[in-house]
Amino acid sequence: MALDKTVLVRGGLVIDASQNLEAQRDVLIESGKVRALLTPRESARAAAAEIIDASGCWVVPGLIDLHVHAREPGGESAETLASAARAAAAGGFTTILAMPNTEPALDNPSLLELLKAKAERDSCVNVFFAAAATVGRKGERPTDVARLAAAGARALTDDGRAVADSGLARRVMEWAADCGLVFIEHCEDEALGRGAVAHEGPAALKKGLAMSPWAAETSVVLRDIALAELTGCRLHLAHVSAAQSAAALAWAKERGLAVSGEVTPHHLALCEDDVPGQDANFKVNPPLRGKADRDALVRALNDGVIDAVATDHAPHSPEAKAAGWASAPPGVLGLETAVGVVLTKLVHPGKMSKKRWVESMSAFPAKLLGLKSKGSLKPGMDADAAVIAPAKSWAVPESFLSKSRNSPFIGMRLKGQVRTTLVGGRVVHAL
Amino acid sequence: MAHTIWNRKDLLGLEGLSRPEVEAILDAAVSFKKSPPEPKLQDRALAFLFSEPSTRTRSAFETAALRLGAKTLGFSATTSSLAKGETLVDTVKNLEALGVSYIVARQEASGALDAVAPKTGVSILNAGDGLHEHPTQALLDLFTLREKKGRLDGLRVVFVGDALHSRVARSNLIGLKTMGARVTFCGPRSLAPDAFARLGAKIERDMDAAIEGADAIYCLRLQLERQKDHFFASLADYRAAYGLTERRLALAPEAVVMHGGPLNRGVEIDDGPADGPQSAILSMVENGVYVRMAAFSLIEDWRKSRGLG
Repeated sequence: MALDKTVLVRGGLVIDASQNLEAQRDVLIESGKVRALLTPRESARAAAAEIIDASGCWVVPGLIDLHVHAREPGGESAETLASAARAAAAGGFTTILAMPNTEPALDNPSLLELLKAKAERDSCVNVFFAAAATVGRKGERPTDVARLAAAGARALTDDGRAVADSGLARRVMEWAADCGLVFIEHCEDEALGRGAVAHEGPAALKKGLAMSPWAAETSVVLRDIALAELTGCRLHLAHVSAAQSAAALAWAKERGLAVSGEVTPHHLALCEDDVPGQDANFKVNPPLRGKADRDALVRALNDGVIDAVATDHAPHSPEAKAAGWASAPPGVLGLETAVGVVLTKLVHPGKMSKKRWVESMSAFPAKLLGLKSKGSLKPGMDADAAVIAPAKSWAVPESFLSKSRNSPFIGMRLKGQVRTTLVGGRVVHAL
Repeated sequence: MAHTIWNRKDLLGLEGLSRPEVEAILDAAVSFKKSPPEPKLQDRALAFLFSEPSTRTRSAFETAALRLGAKTLGFSATTSSLAKGETLVDTVKNLEALGVSYIVARQEASGALDAVAPKTGVSILNAGDGLHEHPTQALLDLFTLREKKGRLDGLRVVFVGDALHSRVARSNLIGLKTMGARVTFCGPRSLAPDAFARLGAKIERDMDAAIEGADAIYCLRLQLERQKDHFFASLADYRAAYGLTERRLALAPEAVVMHGGPLNRGVEIDDGPADGPQSAILSMVENGVYVRMAAFSLIEDWRKSRGLG
C-alpha cells in the first residue's frame, strides 16, 4: 500500500504524545513512512508531489481503536471488514482491533488466516484481530493460543462476556502470558444481573428494566487483577464503566501490575439519565451508568488511570434495534463520532489535554498491541495520520459510512471533525 | 362533554399525567358509578393484546367496554403472532387495518407500548407492561382510596413487599405523589431497594414501624418464583417479616387494606385483614370497571373531537 511519492502535510499543529510534541510542524512523508517533521522555515524549501493543507488543523498520529466489532463473518448485514474500515477512516482511525465475537467466533488459526487475507484485500485501514479466549466463546475450554499467536492474533478475549470460570480464566491468562498476548477482559458477572438490560440505578428502576449493578463489573475487575498478578499476564480491561472499577484499576497500577483499561466515548459523554425513553440506540453493555460514574471515568482517563479511549463500535441493523429495549441487542456505533465526542466533551472544555487525548487514542494502543511502527509521527514510523479541524462544528447525521446507524449521538452537535486520514501515506478519507 | 383537560390518544402510564388529568378520570368514574352509562362506544371495535395471562384486569376492561356498547373482538392477539416473529408494531397496524379503534395491551417488556403508540392511530390502553406501569390498576386504587378516605392529599400510604417487580407499586408511587399523598415502600432490601428513595418513596425496613398509623396498607403480591433467585429465603421467613396479620393491622386501625390480587393468603396477607371491615379488596375489583369506563370515555371524547373513528 505504500507509495513511493512524497506527501507533505502542511500548516498543521502536530500533536504527538510519543515525542511529547505540540508544535507547528509539516509532516514529510516518503514511501509510506514519515521522513521528517519540518518547522515552517525548513518546510519552505521542501518539495513534495502532493500537498495536504492542514492549516488551522491538528495533525496527529493515526488513531488506533482497540475495540471494534467488524461483524465479519456472520453479521455482514450490520457491518463488514470493508465498511468498518471506511467508518474507521472517516473517524481518523488508521488501525483497528477487530473483536472475535463473530458467527462463528474467531477461535481458530484457519479462520484468522482467512480474515487477515480478507482485511488485507478489502480494508482501507490496518486491521488486527483479537482471537477468542475460549472455543466458541463458550467459556468451557481454551483456544489454541500458541497457534493463534503464531497466526498473528494480537490479543485474546471472549468480549461480549467474561471468562466466567475463574480456573479457566487463570489458564487462559497463563497461556496469554506464555505467548506474549494481551488478555482483554469484558468484566461482567452475569449472575449479578440475570437478563439485565440496564444499569442498576434510579433511571432503570423507574422504567422497570432488569438491572445489573456496578459490582457485576468491579467484582470481575478485581478477580482479574488478582489473576494478572498470579499469572504475570498482560491484562487489559475492556470498556470500564463504573467508578469503582476505575478505582480498582488505580490500585492495580499502584501495585505495579501490568494492567490497563479503556473507556468508550459513550461512557465518557452519557449517563443513565440521558436515555430518551426506551430508544434502543442507547442500549449498550456495559450499560450507561450514573453521573458520578461518568465523571469519575473522565477524571481517571485524564489522570492516566484509564489508559485508552476505545469505541466498542458495535453495529446492529435498524431492524434488530427496533425490537424494543428488552429485545434489542446491546451496542452502539463509535468509529465516526469518537473524535467529535471526545473533543467536544473532554478536550475543548479543558478536562483533558490535547497530548493526553492523543496518547489515549494512539500512542498507548500502539504500545499495548506491540505495534512498534505506529502511534507516533517520529521519522521512520508508518505514515498513518489524521488531520482534524478542531473548531469545526457539525451535527451527527442519521447516516454513516458504517452499514448501521445505531448511534446515540445522532443529532448531537459536535465540535471537531476529521478532515483527512492517511494510512501509509495514502489518503483514505478526505472531506 | 367538558373533559377538555384530557388531550391524549392513549393511556400508557401515570408518568406525565397532571393532577387535573388524574382527577378528570376519577371524577368521570364517580359519575359512571352513580348512574348507568350511555353507549358511548357503540360501533367501536376493541381488541386485546395480551402476552401475559390475566383474569381480573382483562375481565374488568371487557366489562367496561361492553357496558359502553363497544364490540370486543373475540380473540386475543397474544404471543402467537409475536412468536411467529411479527413485531408488536406490525400486529397493532394489522388490527388497525381491521377497523379496531382501541387496543388493551399487556406486554412482558417494560416500555414496549411507549414505542408503539406514536406509530398508530389506534388508542392504546396499557393493562400492564413488564415491571413498568399498570395505570388503570393505580387509578382504581386512587379511586377506591379517595372514596374511602374522602381525599388523597396528605394521606400516608404504605406499600409492603415486592416493589421491585411491581408495576402496580411504580404506577401508584407516581399517581399518589401527583395527588399529594406520601408513599412508603416497606420490604427487604432485595425487593424494596434504597434507590426507590430517589424516585420519591420513603423506604422503611421494619413493617410495624412503617404501618403504624398509616391511612392505607397496600400488600404487594409476592411472586413465589422469586424464591429461586433468593429474593427471599422462605415463605415462612417472608411472612414473619412482611405478612399483614391481625396483630399488625391493630397498629393501623384507620388504615384501608388494599391488595391488587391474586392473594397469597397466609403469606403477604392473612384472612382476617383480607376479609375484615378495613379491607377494600373487593371494592377495588368493582371500581376497576368504573375507572376503565372513565378512561375509555375520556379517550373517546378526544377521538370524537379529532373526527377519529
